[in-house]
Amino acid sequence: MVVGSVAAIGAGLAAIGAGIGIGQIGKGAVEGIARQPEAANEIRTNMIVAAALVEAVSLFAVVVALLGNG
Amino acid sequence: MVAVFSICICFYHNASFAQNADTNQVTEQHHNTDQKEEGDFDVAGTILDHIRDDHSWHLWGHTSVHLPVILKTDKGFEVFSSSRLSDEHHQPVVYNGNYPYKQIDGKIKVMNADGSINAEASKKVFDISITKNVVSMFITVFLLIFVFLGVAKAYKKAGVTSAPKGFQSFIEPIILFIRDEVAIPYLGERHVRFLPYLLTIFFFIWINNLLGLVPFFPGGANVSGNIAFTLTLALFTFVIVNINGKKDYWRHIFWMPGLSTGMKIFLMPIELLGVFIKPISLTIRLFANMTAGHILVLSLISLVFIFKAVSASAMAVPFTVFISVIELLVGFIQAFIFAMLSALYIGMAIEEHHEQDLVL
Amino acid sequence: MLLEINPLVLPDPGLMIWSTLAFLILLFVLGKFAWKPIMKAISEREQGINDSLATAEKVRAEMAQLKSDNEILLVQAREERAQILKEAKEIKDKMINEAKEQAKEAAGKIMADTQQAIENQKMAALIDLKNQVGNMVVEVSEKILRRELSNKPEQENYIKQLTNEIKLN
Repeated sequence: MVVGSVAAIGAGLAAIGAGIGIGQIGKGAVEGIARQPEAANEIRTNMIVAAALVEAVSLFAVVVALLGNG
Repeated sequence: MVAVFSICICFYHNASFAQNADTNQVTEQHHNTDQKEEGDFDVAGTILDHIRDDHSWHLWGHTSVHLPVILKTDKGFEVFSSSRLSDEHHQPVVYNGNYPYKQIDGKIKVMNADGSINAEASKKVFDISITKNVVSMFITVFLLIFVFLGVAKAYKKAGVTSAPKGFQSFIEPIILFIRDEVAIPYLGERHVRFLPYLLTIFFFIWINNLLGLVPFFPGGANVSGNIAFTLTLALFTFVIVNINGKKDYWRHIFWMPGLSTGMKIFLMPIELLGVFIKPISLTIRLFANMTAGHILVLSLISLVFIFKAVSASAMAVPFTVFISVIELLVGFIQAFIFAMLSALYIGMAIEEHHEQDLVL
Repeated sequence: MLLEINPLVLPDPGLMIWSTLAFLILLFVLGKFAWKPIMKAISEREQGINDSLATAEKVRAEMAQLKSDNEILLVQAREERAQILKEAKEIKDKMINEAKEQAKEAAGKIMADTQQAIENQKMAALIDLKNQVGNMVVEVSEKILRRELSNKPEQENYIKQLTNEIKLN
């Protein structure tokens, strides 16, 4: 039970990190699109890829949390 | 989104309990007399049950397809139907084959005479059953072969000058997308050799992701959210990367040029670790993304059962639809990222470095 | 082991074998019967499109070349026309001037000739007149000389008569 709760806290902390990261990506992408609307498509693709990569890192943390939550 | 989602859950939790407090108690009591487990709905157990691989494929109601179990034991191969492992109430029972087998949490274990698990003997049993995921995977394989052979035929028949037609015009932009956005930027001139692999892995993962999102029969299996599946695909990339690794690739791992000897020795284990971390990250990225999607959708649907009120579906169903739409996107993006990172790793391995690069 | 691993993150070897098999089948079948013809067709089509574009570009360049050639020719023709017109005008002016000169010359010559002729005529007339006057004077003198001897008054009358006769002439 304790291990499970600690794992849940760990997963939550990972979500915070990913949230900040994805927020930064979104901010950068919106600024980029505002500055160069003609490059919007390229920026959007790269934004999605970067967001997916960041998201994956947080999911690694969730998986590590799962490892202990057997 | 997560925050909004949490707030909604909290809000809905209070509201529904305020409204339905009396009814809930009544229904709980009523059901408790019928089935002892109904009152306390085990969310985590149900969700894990759904995202796990299974020996039978549940279709609807009490109808399921019992898939064959194939076991390799020290007494030879053994094939029997998985229906032997459960009784008419879907409760696991002991099947006496070479050993007495019983299904514990979806895994087949060897039992002792007293009903406890014989861990020693269970390790010797190698389970290569045709499970739900295997069937789903082969459905994807046949679907892809059917579709792409049709498309290839259309190309042969219509000749090269005509514009793509029908399904061909849907597939071609995706193929070109993989070629122009994945293969050419990372592999350059040598993309022709690796393009078939990248296309196959992309479409295989993508269609598996999509089938996983379909909640009923041909889909519903959590193939791409199974770590064995993702690990296999990552190992393919790992093997291709290291087979095609050029001299420069290995030199950068074991004897990084342009650094002092101490630094070279220091970097060697890190670089060597990186070789193995790459496929592991590929494995976990796809597995965790797809599993998380499935868990999310199932959790939302479970809200209806947690609150034991049909009115909960007013909140749960739109959220499920919303998450499913996002999952459609994630399914594509993760397949794309798997293909892209595979291309990136292969590109790094086959790259021929120039002298100027070594200084950097 | 301190922590028990969740079965969710434990890869199942049986499924790995089936995944490998499925993927190898897919890779082989699609690689041989789908990707090869599809990529070939796509690259051929792209080649075709590129060729067509290149041809179109070439034709366009040729057209532009032709057009500029035409323009050059037109300009040249215009210049030539202007040149010809200028030359024609010059020739015309020259001819007019020449004609004028010739006319003047001819007129001057005619005038001179005429004057010469008048002069000649006048001289001839004067000579003729002188001769006639001389003759008359000689005739009158003869007659006077013949009558003088006979009669003085008659002589006077006669002179008057002669003078009148001359006047009548």
